[in-house]
Amino acid sequence: MKNEPDSTNFLRWFDPRNRNLGTLAFILNRITALGLTLYLFLHLIVLGTLARGPEAYDGFIKLAKTPVILFGETLVIAAGIIHGLNGIRIALNSFGIGTRYQRQIFIGLMVIAAGCIAIFVKSMFFSH
Amino acid sequence: MNETQWRVTFEIYRQKTGQPAHFDKFVMDVDPDEYVLDVVERIWAYNDRSLTFRHACHHSTCGACGMRVNGVEKLTCITPIREVARNGGQVRIEPLRNFPVLSDLVVDMSDFYLRLDDVKFSQVASLQDACLPFERKQQVREDGRYERLVDCLECGMCISACPVALTTPEYLGPGVLAAAQHAYQQSRDASLLDQVDDQDGVWRCHSAYECTAVCPSNVDPGWRIMDLRKDILRHQISKIFSRRGPSR
Repeated sequence: MKNEPDSTNFLRWFDPRNRNLGTLAFILNRITALGLTLYLFLHLIVLGTLARGPEAYDGFIKLAKTPVILFGETLVIAAGIIHGLNGIRIALNSFGIGTRYQRQIFIGLMVIAAGCIAIFVKSMFFSH
Repeated sequence: MNETQWRVTFEIYRQKTGQPAHFDKFVMDVDPDEYVLDVVERIWAYNDRSLTFRHACHHSTCGACGMRVNGVEKLTCITPIREVARNGGQVRIEPLRNFPVLSDLVVDMSDFYLRLDDVKFSQVASLQDACLPFERKQQVREDGRYERLVDCLECGMCISACPVALTTPEYLGPGVLAAAQHAYQQSRDASLLDQVDDQDGVWRCHSAYECTAVCPSNVDPGWRIMDLRKDILRHQISKIFSRRGPSR
């Protein structure tokens, strides 16, 4: 067991065992941030297809409407909502606002996040 | 076994200098209402005299006996067996994380203590200043004549629980930042703010609040770090305006 602080310990960030709600918020923020960063690169690559002409772009749009890609987009939206709302909690706390109630704020914001994600899922998968 | 005597297996982390770490198992008959530290002491006394661990006061004042019990930081002198095990179950005891292991359950906390000194940590404060500001103060004298020991036991459990301290040795850590906030609260010495206004100071905290969750002594390091951020922002903004002032 490696006991001393080390940058290679970062995988242990994602171990929620025996930890509290704050760690769950910490883990969620890291996972969503990594997901959004990955999405940014994919998005730029996809935009690059514009330069390869209308056929290539139309081909991609057809692919983008498949359920797998729609599911991926749902994950991106969910990540954006969770990361953004959790960020509000962190920003408020950093100004000394609601620090003692950070657990309750986190729970409240995640309930809002779940509601927003449900609305997006409904509109993406069930509105056509 | 009955309600006053349980059989519990203690898995204890063992590591001597230069040797690989492993766990030793000790099957112990325990009273569920005795404390984890009592059993560790019994293991040392009757099973293995080479087991090393730190302890002193046995009543949560010295902060020496902080260990990880089933993965959670606990002051073992005030943690009843009943809270962490069941009859026939297991208790895993490990040293605190994020400190080098010296021997078995003993970790090297010298850097932590030196950092506490750097931020002018005072172990004694007036009755008024010893509490958290939002706490209901039970012992206050208007003339400020009496002092008491502050709440922080210097047990290091907040640093062990902190996920950021896992990866960044340079990070001052919650205990030190809480001490800096306390020192600033007492002295209003702006140099303390400059000291912690750093990427390895208050801004490294990522709001997991594990420090507050494991603190056995009501220090609330998470709150103190955020309060320190507020003080730094206030100080920086006031510096901007005071710079503009004379040029008008």
